[in-house]
Amino acid sequence: MNALLIRDLKLAFRAGGGFGLGLAFFLLVAVLVPLGVGPEGGILARIAPGILWVGALLACLLSLDRIFALDFEDGSLDLLATAPLPLEGAVAMKAFAHWLVTGLALTILSPVLAVLLNLPAQGYPWLVLSLVVGTPALSVIGAFGAALTVGVRRGGLLLSLLVLPLYVPTLIFGAEVVRRGAEGAATGVPLALLAAITTGSAALLPFAAAAAIRVNLR
Amino acid sequence: MSIWEYANPKKFMQVSGRVLPWLTGLAALTLSLGLVWGFFFTPEDYKQGSTVKILFLHVPAAMMAINAWVMMLVASLIWVIRRHHVSALAARAAAPAGLVFTLIALVTGALWGQPMWNTWWEWDPRLTSFLILLLFYLGYIALWSAIEDPDTAADLTSVLCMVGSVFAVLSRYAVKFWNQGLHQDSTILKVGESDPLDAAYYVPLVVCIAGFVLFFVVMVLVRTRIWIRARRLGALLARERMG
Repeated sequence: MNALLIRDLKLAFRAGGGFGLGLAFFLLVAVLVPLGVGPEGGILARIAPGILWVGALLACLLSLDRIFALDFEDGSLDLLATAPLPLEGAVAMKAFAHWLVTGLALTILSPVLAVLLNLPAQGYPWLVLSLVVGTPALSVIGAFGAALTVGVRRGGLLLSLLVLPLYVPTLIFGAEVVRRGAEGAATGVPLALLAAITTGSAALLPFAAAAAIRVNLR
Repeated sequence: MSIWEYANPKKFMQVSGRVLPWLTGLAALTLSLGLVWGFFFTPEDYKQGSTVKILFLHVPAAMMAINAWVMMLVASLIWVIRRHHVSALAARAAAPAGLVFTLIALVTGALWGQPMWNTWWEWDPRLTSFLILLLFYLGYIALWSAIEDPDTAADLTSVLCMVGSVFAVLSRYAVKFWNQGLHQDSTILKVGESDPLDAAYYVPLVVCIAGFVLFFVVMVLVRTRIWIRARRLGALLARERMG
């Protein structure tokens, strides 16, 4: 499992791995929105939680098809499926690796971009916390979508269509935590629900994703 | 004699072929009866005027949009557990019907909302949930058509349907949490309570709902038969190519 994790991380960081791509996209969103909406601080502060979460979500979406597609093409997915490590574990590990290079990196970058979007100061801890809690769900759900479409050539658009409605609850609760946090309101309920989605999907979706991969390798 | 006999495509084709003309006639009859009754022979509401009559399209379509997904879920489960091909094809056949019902519900809702709420669209929980449901239908149909091998497609769409159902319910509660909303509660099940739907509307509405259910069944049967025939044709062509 560790070997698989290290291998995926290495592949992501080396040339062509697309590690910087998601981060650059996240940065672009945070720069382009104020340019489009206008520089008024009040408006930006109000939409900052939503923009940051939508940006994180889209940046995550951008790298999803890499989770399985390359391994499917060069045959290493077949090896993983026949390896002694259960495929469910391999899926979970690959989703975890995806989270480390996108979700975690986005979380670390997010306070900087929150400055650009004029997020109120008391929202910062909630932004980081909600992203830490919520982005693993994005990676796991995305891994499930990627597993469904791994056999489809040029399945990128299909993957987005399948995954976006699945992202809705995560997005709503995640942005709600930041919005309430920025206003100084109680954030316990959406944060708990966000954590429930993450833990629930991390526990169950690897099984569905592994089942989908087995079907695709058949 | 058990229901699983109809999982045999031959038997299914026989029985559905015999039942279909009757069902189609019955569906056309109830649907036209309900809609004509609803549109022309019900009183106008004292507050909403004649716009109230859109109820006879909106409510049954919205109900069937959800019921079609539930039917797809059941059919997917039957496919996954018992591997009956007819079941997988029935799930595939139901999806476009569900998509159209969702669209009808959204469009009629917008048409009604414009004069009543003074807006075509509001990010209300019910409206938002239906928009998400529309995305689920689109994704499901797109996945079916993207994969060539029929068994692989059936398996993957079944998994998507099951996971999607969980997330559809989650989204429903998430958007409820996110916005309290403008849409009124359902009054259909409130018979005998303080604020019931008047019988003048209730009876034609029930006829309309029955008509929509029958229409849905007819559509699913017709489309399932088409898919079975398409697959038989594919098998014949493949056999011809072989020898």
